Amino acid sequence: MSRDGAILWLKPFIARPIALLGLGILLGTILAATFAPWLAPYDPYAIDPSIRLTPPNALHWFGTDQFGRDTLSRVIHSARMALLIGSGVVMFALATGVPIGVLSALFPRLGHLLMRMVDVLMAFPSLLLALGLIVVLGPSVANAILAIGLGYMTTTTRIVYGLTLRLRMETYVEASRSMGAGTAWLIGKHILPNLVSPLLVQASFVFAFAQLGAASLDFLGLGAPPEIPSWGNMLAESRTFITRAPWLLFFPGMMIVATAFSLNLVGDALRDRLDPRFRQLFSEKG
Amino acid sequence: MWSYALKRAGTTAVTLLAASIIIFAFIHIVPGDPIYVLLGDTATPDQIDALRHQLGLDQPIILQYLTWIGHVLEGNLGRSIFFQAPVLSVIADGAETSALLATMTMIWVTLIGVPIGMIAAVRHGTWLDQGLSGAAMLMASIPTFWVGLYLILIFAAWLGWFPSSGYPSIFEGGLVNLRYLVLPSLALAAPNAALILRLTRASMLDVSREDYVRTARAKGIRPWQVVVRHILRNALLAVVSAFGFTFAALLSEAVVTETVFALPGIGRLVVQSILRRDYPVIQGVILVIVVVYLLINLIVDLSYRLLDPRVELQ
Repeated sequence: MSRDGAILWLKPFIARPIALLGLGILLGTILAATFAPWLAPYDPYAIDPSIRLTPPNALHWFGTDQFGRDTLSRVIHSARMALLIGSGVVMFALATGVPIGVLSALFPRLGHLLMRMVDVLMAFPSLLLALGLIVVLGPSVANAILAIGLGYMTTTTRIVYGLTLRLRMETYVEASRSMGAGTAWLIGKHILPNLVSPLLVQASFVFAFAQLGAASLDFLGLGAPPEIPSWGNMLAESRTFITRAPWLLFFPGMMIVATAFSLNLVGDALRDRLDPRFRQLFSEKG
Repeated sequence: MWSYALKRAGTTAVTLLAASIIIFAFIHIVPGDPIYVLLGDTATPDQIDALRHQLGLDQPIILQYLTWIGHVLEGNLGRSIFFQAPVLSVIADGAETSALLATMTMIWVTLIGVPIGMIAAVRHGTWLDQGLSGAAMLMASIPTFWVGLYLILIFAAWLGWFPSSGYPSIFEGGLVNLRYLVLPSLALAAPNAALILRLTRASMLDVSREDYVRTARAKGIRPWQVVVRHILRNALLAVVSAFGFTFAALLSEAVVTETVFALPGIGRLVVQSILRRDYPVIQGVILVIVVVYLLINLIVDLSYRLLDPRVELQ
C-alpha cells in the first residue's frame, strides 16, 4: 500500500475518536500477546495454594484463582490464544471464501452448484455447525478454528460472490476482456485489488465474532484444552466461584468484550469508507 | 405469488434433502464403527449383530440412507444410548423449555430493540443517537454466557430476586415458574436486541429518505404522525423479517445460555449428549433444528412478500 493509501485508510479513524479507541485497544491486545512473557508479572501456570482465591491487591492486581495462579498473568497470556483463533478463523474464511466466491461469479455453471452448496451449509446455524464438527474432529485449538471458520466461510463466499458479480459488469473490466485479457489476468488485475477494501471490513467483523464463538466453545469445554490460558477457559473455571471470587469473572470477560467491541468499531469505521455500492452487501449484519 | 411460493418451497426441499445427507453422514464419520457409536461401549456381540442386521449396515450406503430417511419421515429418529428411549421423545421433553425461552427472549428483543432503535433514528446524528448506537454495538460484543453469569451473581446470588438455575415445567407448578426463565431470556436477548435496534434504526433512516415521506412532511402532517404512520409502518417490514431469522437462530444460540442456567432444554441436551457421546441424540437435535430453521426462513420469506407486494417486482 502506498503512503497516500495508508493515509486514506487512517482517515476514518482520525475523524471518529471512538474508532481510534477501538484501534488502540486492538494494538494493545496485539502487544500484550507478543510480549506476554515479559509483560506478565508471574508465570501463568505457577500454582501457589497458600494464596488461593485472593482478591485483587498490590501484588496480584487482578487477584488469584482457585490454584493461586495470578489472574493478570493468565489474562495477558490469553491474548495469544485470542489472536491465534481470530487470525486463524479469518485466514480460513478468506482462503476458502475468496477463491470459491470469485470462481463462482466468473463461471456461472460451476457457480450455481457451489453457491447451492454454500446455501446448504448455511442451513446449519453457525454454533450448531461448529459443535457438530467438534464432535467429529475432537476438541482442540486447530479444530476450533476450523469449526468456527466454516461458518464464516459461507458468509465470506457470499460477499465475495456478490462483489465479483458487480465488478464483472464494470466497463473497465469489459473493456479489458474485449481487448483479449484472460480470466487469470482479470482476476489478478481488476478483481482481487478491488476486493481488498471490502474484505478488510469482513475480516474485522469475522475476527470479532470469532472471539465470541471461541469463548463459547471454551466455556462449553469443547475448545482449547482447559490447561491453556484463554479468556473462555478462565470464565468456565470461574463459574464455580462466582460468589466467592467475582474478580475471576470480571477480568477475562472484560477482555473478550474489549477485543470484540474494538474490532466491531474498526470494522464499522472501515465500512463507512467503502464504495456505497459495496456497502449494502454488509448491511444485513446490522 | 403462488408460483414464487412453490419455487421457494422447492428450493427449501432441495436444501433440506442435501442437509439430510450431511446429517446422515455425521454418524458415519464420527470416529469409530457406527454400531459401537449407536450402542455405546457396553454392547455385547449378540446386540451388535442384531443391530447390524436390523439397520442393514451390510447394505450399500445409498440403501442405508433411504432406510434412514424413511424412518425419519415416520418420526423415528433412532434411540438414545443414554436415556434408552426414542430420540424424538427425548427432544420433545426439552421442547417446552426451549420454546418458552425463545418466546420470552423475543419479547425482550422487541420491547428493547424496536423503541430504542426508533428513538435513535428520530434523533439521527445527535449525541443520543451515537450513544445508543455505540451501546448497541457494545451489547453485540458481549458473550451471552458472561451476561448470564453476571445476572446470576447480581439478581440471584446477591439480591435473590430470581432463581439462579433450573426450570420446573409450568404445567406442574403454574405460570409462576416463568420466573426461572427471566434471567436466561434477558441474557439471550442482549445481543439480539442490539441487532434489532441497529436494524430498526437503519431501516427507518432508509425509509425517511423516500419521496412519500417528503410529500407527507410538505403537506404539513405533524412530525410524529409522519414517523408513526409513514416511516415506522414501512420500516418495520424489514424488521419483522429479521425477527424470523433471529427466532430461528435463537434455537442454536440457546445452547450456551441453557448450559449456564442449567435449563432442561434442547440446547443443553446437545452439550450433554456431546459429553456423553450420545450420537443419535446429537444427530436428531441437529436435524430438528435445521428443519425448524429452514421452515421459519421459508415462512418469513413468504409472509414478507404478502406484506409488501413491491418486493415481487424486484
